[in-house]
Amino acid sequence: MLELTPRATPSLRMAYLSPALALVVTVMLCAALFALLGQSPARGLALFFVEPFAGARALGELSLKAAPLLLIGSGLALSFRANVWNVGAEGQFIAGALCAARVALTATDSTSPSIVIPILCAGALGGMAWASVTAALKDRFGASEILVSLMLVYVAEQLLGYLVFGPWRDPAGHNFPQTSLFADPTRIPRLVSGSRANVGLVLALGLAGAAWLFSERSRAGFALQVGGASPPAARYAGYSARRALWLACLISGGLAGLAGALEVAGPLGQLTPHVPAGYGFTAIIVAFVGRLSPLGAILSSFLLSLFHIGGELAQSRLALPKSITMVFQGLLLFSLLASDTLIHRRIRWRRSVRAATPSSALAAASAPTSSDERPEGSP
Amino acid sequence: MAGLDSIASLCGASIDAGTALALASLGLTCNERAGVINLGAEGMMLLGALAGFATTVHTGASLLGFAAGALAGATLAAVFGALAIWLDTNQYATGLAASLLGAGVAAFAGVPYTREALGERATPALGGLADVPVLGPALFRHHPLVYGVVLLAVALHYLLETRPGLIVRGIGESPETAHALGYPVRRIRFACVAAGGALCGLAGAYLSLVYTPLWVEGMTAGKGWIALALTTFATWRPLLVLLGAYSFGAVTMLQLHLQGEGVSVPSQLLSMLPYLATILVLVLISRGPALRRATLPASLGKPFNPGA
Amino acid sequence: MMTALHPILRLTRRLAGCLPWLLLASCSKEPAAGSAPQASAEALAPSTPLKVAFSYVGPVGDAGWTFAHDAGRKAVAAKFGSKISTSFVENVPESADAERVITDLASQGNRLIFGTTFGYMEPILKVAREFPEVRFEHATGYKTSANVRTYDSRTYEGAYLAGVVAGAMTTSKVLGVVASIPIPEVIRNIDSFTLGAQTQKPDVTTKVVWINRWFDPPKEGEAAQALINQGADVLMQNTDSSAVLQTAEKAGKLSFGWDSDMSHFGPNAHLASAVVNWAPYYEKAVGDVLAGTWSTGQTWWGVKERAIDLVSLSDKVPPAARAKVEEVKAGLRAGTYSIWKGPIVDQSGKTVLEPGTVATDAFLLAINFYVKGVEGSLPASK
Repeated sequence: MLELTPRATPSLRMAYLSPALALVVTVMLCAALFALLGQSPARGLALFFVEPFAGARALGELSLKAAPLLLIGSGLALSFRANVWNVGAEGQFIAGALCAARVALTATDSTSPSIVIPILCAGALGGMAWASVTAALKDRFGASEILVSLMLVYVAEQLLGYLVFGPWRDPAGHNFPQTSLFADPTRIPRLVSGSRANVGLVLALGLAGAAWLFSERSRAGFALQVGGASPPAARYAGYSARRALWLACLISGGLAGLAGALEVAGPLGQLTPHVPAGYGFTAIIVAFVGRLSPLGAILSSFLLSLFHIGGELAQSRLALPKSITMVFQGLLLFSLLASDTLIHRRIRWRRSVRAATPSSALAAASAPTSSDERPEGSP
Repeated sequence: MAGLDSIASLCGASIDAGTALALASLGLTCNERAGVINLGAEGMMLLGALAGFATTVHTGASLLGFAAGALAGATLAAVFGALAIWLDTNQYATGLAASLLGAGVAAFAGVPYTREALGERATPALGGLADVPVLGPALFRHHPLVYGVVLLAVALHYLLETRPGLIVRGIGESPETAHALGYPVRRIRFACVAAGGALCGLAGAYLSLVYTPLWVEGMTAGKGWIALALTTFATWRPLLVLLGAYSFGAVTMLQLHLQGEGVSVPSQLLSMLPYLATILVLVLISRGPALRRATLPASLGKPFNPGA
Repeated sequence: MMTALHPILRLTRRLAGCLPWLLLASCSKEPAAGSAPQASAEALAPSTPLKVAFSYVGPVGDAGWTFAHDAGRKAVAAKFGSKISTSFVENVPESADAERVITDLASQGNRLIFGTTFGYMEPILKVAREFPEVRFEHATGYKTSANVRTYDSRTYEGAYLAGVVAGAMTTSKVLGVVASIPIPEVIRNIDSFTLGAQTQKPDVTTKVVWINRWFDPPKEGEAAQALINQGADVLMQNTDSSAVLQTAEKAGKLSFGWDSDMSHFGPNAHLASAVVNWAPYYEKAVGDVLAGTWSTGQTWWGVKERAIDLVSLSDKVPPAARAKVEEVKAGLRAGTYSIWKGPIVDQSGKTVLEPGTVATDAFLLAINFYVKGVEGSLPASK
């Protein structure tokens, strides 16, 4: 029978191989699902993995969707590593969109295009402000950041609704809940004409790199990581848990807010109640599949963007329900988590030889695996 | 429209609205007392809702529907448990994956059921009690499951003081000690997770069979997450969980009630109330670290691997 | 890890085999500038079926808005048979994603695309600029262009007819409306419902609860319950699911179906269903494109054009009310009856429509007030 025995040291090779393995398993399960649904697995897989790359416009759509995922995912990677579970990035995304919209609405057709910079900064600041509520409540009162940040997502959604229905509603919009279209100078510059991909992609890549540098090469980043991996060690080293909390929240909140600003001033061009697109939640998966590293998040953000667009194509070309994307994402995450165990354990095929010794209740009750303490606290 | 009648109906509606939350929260309490945090509540509820609805559509028996819902929730919880308990994966991430998968599978498999309706169902009434003024509409016109939940909460409250309950609590506080004493920690944890999942699935089935008898994608609308919050701010005590769930139900119904009364606060601001209330209570609870530490299962979220 | 390679090898071979065909196929789907037919006047060759696509905001199983649109699609597919081929995409959100989906539909060779919700307005306009040879029909919008026209249905007529029945059936004289989003269309429906009820009992009042969503069954049910708790015995909705009707059924109250026939969801509570029938308009739109006579504009159809109806009246409805419903329908068809005809007074007592004046479409489109009899204040503060 198959047995899992712990390794002496975690396998580095598996750490890199595991996401690939998870992807393979997911692809196989996807193919099986397509076959079950009476669709050709090849066609289904092609829609998911090949079609989204077909042509400049398609690539543009892929990067348009990947950019916010990458931004938020990098921030969350840092935050989760520090054991600060900022699950409410969606709320910070909305807050950033709101602040960015406020600035964008002040622009007219004659404003200089450099207004894009204050718009993006406003977005980042908005996200930071929203995240700081979570940080403050945890810092001062010890309230769980998971729950507070999550509740704040709902509050942010309602706030958005209130603003687009009331004070910020477009007076010429026939009373529909939306702001007026932002003036042309506010639009995020596009990268290539004919595709919707914009400078946001460059920003996202750059900031992901910066986040990686911060995490791996700076003292503060190191403190964050240690704080997450082993709080006693952090305390011993004199790293402030408080500082880690605030840094993690502000960074992930700021990046989420920036993503919100890009969405609103980019493809949307106005504020509507439909701004929350679920990026904050998908980014959690991005962070994990990217192994909680901003560089890994680059690959995983494109992968998840691929899944999303593939799901849309499967819907419009094969008439499959949209929820197929959620199923695939869930399968991917599960496969990843399962294959991650291979980093710390190895599979062995053991002939079932169990010595027929009289087993006391104690021995029978305790789990069969033995040996060393596993390094604790890894994601 | 006497004021008292209005309040009585509001009470009744709050209890109905809070029951799904209470069920899910009680299930999560089982999990968390044993030291396992399962963020997959939303997914388990949705699967349970679909399973319950589909079963009742095909068999016509609500009882089978409830059983199916509980089974579906337990199954997803078992998958979660297999990874989080036996393979020591990160509990938060695994829970999130479960939530996602549960929601996706439910939405996907539920497509043929969106246009279905359940047959005519009698509104159960407790004989003459239902007509008692004021108390009748408030307390005695509910579906049997509502009363079952109250009994469950009481039962759990006492169960936690019995020997099996103390073992579970011991595992939640210090699995190493329990292991040293010879208890099969992982098996007990797995059982608690499965039981918790069953209750979450049952909560979902309540939504799709009793509360709004239909199936639609995403119909739990965040109740799973609220249930998680509820468990924390009720400090893992079943009776407080019940109270908290009904209070949350009350705040939800209140904002709709206020609208109907013509209160001129914008409806979106009123809609924020339940969530702001949750944050407020979280803060109040966490403010007393002693209070929190007294009941927070010390090993919550940490993997346990019986070792040296 | 040998076992892991085999599946990869197998898949890679399969994909590699498909790849050239896929790339070829996707290349040819980009609209080639020269080969596109001229914008408006040419009719299509009868051998090529016209590709028509529909974009829905909700699931076709919602039993409400999207279900009604899909019923229209099926009707049009049945009517035109092999001359057209239809397809749809559901659950397309009103966000930045919509532009991508609609672009994909256009680049897949669809020549007529229907966008069935307000939130597609800007995406449709953008895509229309890039695909001048494709015709776009936008429901409930207000912006048009050379290849984009808008269409809508006079749902307020259905609301009025339901109101007549509600007024006849209510005993508590308190009606309840579960409303979605405070846009003019919904406010107009609430007002029309009240006006209809007032023809039967002049002193009815209407209570309103806004849930700020088009489709959220649990919330709709809770809102319905809140209204029932406040004394409403007949409910109405402007939301997309059957939850309100089901809640009324559970509580022993009365309610209506909206957008589609919902009678089987609440056999005891169901009084009638105010349905939208998109088939007449869809047949016209497709016919226009096939005949080459499509041109931009704005269309607003109601009972007269068979786009709106009140159906499945329950046996509970008394003959007098039925007669009134038929009288109104006949009058609307003949053009002799006007729902919005003065004197109409708003909540504050101000006369908004002078006695004898018939409201123009422009007036109706901009309604932003409650008529007398509706309780509460409008959520939009401006």
